[in-house]
Parts: sequence; C-alpha cells; structure tokens
Amino acid sequence: MTDAVGRPGLTPRQLRERRDRRRSTAVAAVSTVVVFGAVALVVSRASGFDEVRSSFFDGPEFTESLREIVPAFWLNVRVFLVAEVFILVCALLLAVARSSRAPALFPVRLFATVYVDVFRGIPVLLVLFLLGFGVPALRLEGVPNDPVIWGTVALILSYSAYVSEVYRAGIDSVHETQRAAARAVGLTGGQSMRFVVLPQAVRRVVPALLNDFIALQKETSLLSVIGPIEAARQAQIESARSFNFTSYTAAALIFLAITIPLTRLTDHLLGRQRRRMTVGPAG
Amino acid sequence: MTALVVEGVRKSFGDRLVLAGIDLEVRDHEAVCLIGTSGSGKSTLLRCIDLLEPVDEGRILLGGEDITDPDADEDAVRRRMGIVFQAYNLFPHLTVLDNVTLGPRRALRVPKAEAQGRATELLARFGLADKAGDHPDRLSGGQQQRVAIVRALAMEPEVLLLDEITSALDPELVGEVLDVIRGLRSGGMTMVLATHEMAFAREIADRVHFLDGGRIIESGPPGAVLDEPREPRTRQFLQRVTGRR
Repeated sequence: MTDAVGRPGLTPRQLRERRDRRRSTAVAAVSTVVVFGAVALVVSRASGFDEVRSSFFDGPEFTESLREIVPAFWLNVRVFLVAEVFILVCALLLAVARSSRAPALFPVRLFATVYVDVFRGIPVLLVLFLLGFGVPALRLEGVPNDPVIWGTVALILSYSAYVSEVYRAGIDSVHETQRAAARAVGLTGGQSMRFVVLPQAVRRVVPALLNDFIALQKETSLLSVIGPIEAARQAQIESARSFNFTSYTAAALIFLAITIPLTRLTDHLLGRQRRRMTVGPAG
Repeated sequence: MTALVVEGVRKSFGDRLVLAGIDLEVRDHEAVCLIGTSGSGKSTLLRCIDLLEPVDEGRILLGGEDITDPDADEDAVRRRMGIVFQAYNLFPHLTVLDNVTLGPRRALRVPKAEAQGRATELLARFGLADKAGDHPDRLSGGQQQRVAIVRALAMEPEVLLLDEITSALDPELVGEVLDVIRGLRSGGMTMVLATHEMAFAREIADRVHFLDGGRIIESGPPGAVLDEPREPRTRQFLQRVTGRR
C-alpha cells in the first residue's frame, strides 16, 4: 500500500489521510517560522541587544573559556558517575527496607522512613555545607578532608532519599497477586521480593530513574560552594578574568551536551513503555 | 490416609465474616470440589489452606500436621502444596521455563540443570514444550493457565488447590485446561477445586461441598449433591447455574 505500488491504488480514505498529514506538517512549519521569527525580531531590536551579544556570545572568548571549562567539567562527570552508582544501591536498599513487612524488621523500616523524611526535606545545598565544612572541622583521625569526597557523599545522601521513593513507587506498582504467586511456589518473603517483585519494579521505573540522573548531573555544580572548582565555578572564574559572560554560555552548552542525550533517552524509554502498556498480549 | 483436614475455620475481612466455621476432610488421591456462588468463601478457603491468608479461628492439618500453629514454618508448608489462581498470576518478566523452575530452584534448592530438565519434561507432557522460551504475554489464556498448573506441579505438591481456574478463560479454551486436570486426576493427584463447571465437578469429584455464606451447607458424592440436593439453597443454586428446574 505504499506510494511505490502506485498512486492509483490508494483508496479515497488513504488519500484523505495523506492530505491531512501534509496539511499538519505545513501548519507546523509555518507556525514555527512565525514564532521564532517574531522572537528573533523582538530580541534583536531590543536596545541592549548588542551589549548582550558581545558579553554572552563572544567568539574568541568562547573558545578560550571552553579550554578551561572542559577539564573542570571532568570533575562533574566523575562526581556524577561515582555518586550515581552509590545512589542506585543505597536507594534500592532503602526502598526494600521500607517495603519490608516482617514485624522483626520494624527498626529497619523505621530507620529508612526517618532517613527518607529527613534527607528529602533538607535542601541539597545545606547538606553540602554541613558535610563539607562540618566533617573536616571535626579533625577525625584517618578521615579524609577532601571537599570533593564530602560533596559527593552529600549528593549521595540526598539523592538516595529521592531515588528510594522512585523505587518504592515501582515496588508498590507490582500487583499483590504476584507476591501471592511467589509465596505459593514456596519462596520466602525476601526471595519473593528479589526474584519476582524487584525485577518487575525496577523495569517500570527506569525512565523515572533517568530523570533523577539528569537532575543529579546538573546538581554536581553545587559542589563548588564548598571549594572544588568544577565547570560552573570555572566559568565564573573565567568571567571574572575577562569581564565577559560568554564563559557561562560555554558551561551551559557543556552541560546540555550531556543532559540532552539523557533526556532523549528517557523520552524514548517512556514512549516504549507506554506502547507496551497499550498494546495487549499477542493472541 | 487423610491428606488435609480443615477444622472449624473462621475468617473475617474487617466486619465481613467470609468463613463461618468450615470443616472439611480430603483423603489421599481424592478430588474434592467446592461449589457455590461468588462470595460464598470458596477462594478464601483455598487461600487460607495455602496460608496466603491467616485464619482467625480453627485448625488446618496437612498430612496430620497442624500448619496453622503459629510455630509452623509457613514457607516450608507452602512448598508442600500447590495453588493455581483464576487469573494465572504467571511472572511476566520470566520465560515459561523460568516461571516453572523458580520455585524448585529457589525454594527447594534443586540444581539449575536438574530443575530445567524436570520442567522441560513437565511442559512437554502438557503440550507446552515449544513455549518454554516464551514470555507469558505471548501465550493464550489456556496456555498460560496450563503453565500455571505446571508451575504448581513442579513443586511436587502433596495437595493441589485449584481456584476457579477456568473462570477467566474463553469458552473454547476451557477444554484444554480441564483435560490437564483429568490427566492429574487419573494420576492420583490429591486436589481441592473451587469450580463453576458443574458437569466437570460431576465427572471428576469424589465429593462435592456446597458453600453458602461461609458455611458448608451440603456435602456428598456428586451424584447426590448435584442430582438430588436435600437443601433448598443447594437446589436454588443449581437451578441458577444449570438453567434447569
């Protein structure tokens, strides 16, 4: 039924559908041009446009600051990767602890609940200050003083609380009958969780997890408040040196280079999940 | 020998009394059918027997051992029984083969190769050999329910509990599932079935129990209960399900 087979083969309905499709594309194209044209016109006629262009979009300044910011960004990437691994594990443990039902595990459940309440309720920035300045001030024997380490720990503590709620939503979404079926084949409560509930729960929350990764990737720049020079801080240094804000634009673009692909991936996975939910079993 | 004894079991959900004192005895190799309207307590009774619901009062004995004793190891008890649910409840993230081997491997600690060998044999016996690698959502309802039966059988249960296993199936798929049960019956499997299939109950049951309002109102061989019911409630129920007067 493709065009290659021959246009005369198309039914009136197919012709109408094709016409509708073409009209949609045309409307989308025209509205895009009009909207962006209008925005460009308004912005470029603004009285401060030339100053903004030279202070935020300066070509040579851009290349120069990239040279400084890209190595600094490597710190963001490392912190992100290390934190992410720990967050995935800690959050999962917290979620499983909160979903446990055995009466003997009440203290574990209590700890997990209080932990999540506390760390979800404190701004990441404050956790960073408390750990980054507080722990080294204790001057404990054998405990590292590196602010990068304490900054990373702060991110892990905060994000584990958020991410554990994502996992928990996934665990709650697995129907009670699955647990009953697992118990019915003789599995213990723990085995039911591990072999039946969690595999299904984790699969369902992958897009939501990715969403939190994207947020975390950006929040690594908060580390700068306790000292380490990461991409955003480096951009600030550059800007102070050159009296030009182009370095901020450069840093923003570097972050986008990582977060946009992650965002696309999330959307792709979400779309696939939605299609799976709507398409029923095969026969 | 007596495989299963239920003594004075009562169970409520909130203020709703679902089982109002059930007494039941199932001998080895016997097939017992529970009939009654929806909400009469058939499913709850089966779930209580498999310890998926705690009983409020009364005792349940499996092979002479009190399994409702608070000190009994519930997981160990469940390994000795199999239950098949109305809605199959297969594990959607596992292949058919893994659905069947999960219990034996994790609960009974059977080595993987051995568990898979046994599972493959069982699947082949029930005409599911070519489905072993598929996920449940690729199977028809009848096939899924047969896999669920195989999953329960793989635990080599002393008693098999079947909870309206054909109620969710399209009429043309009921036959293949009932054939499986016939096969198990002739193999001597001890079974308790909650069912709406009166003709099937008549064919397969050694005894039929009619439940109403959480009580067993009438019991006896299928010929007696289904053809010459003594109780007016039983008569009423049978008239409604068979459409005969």
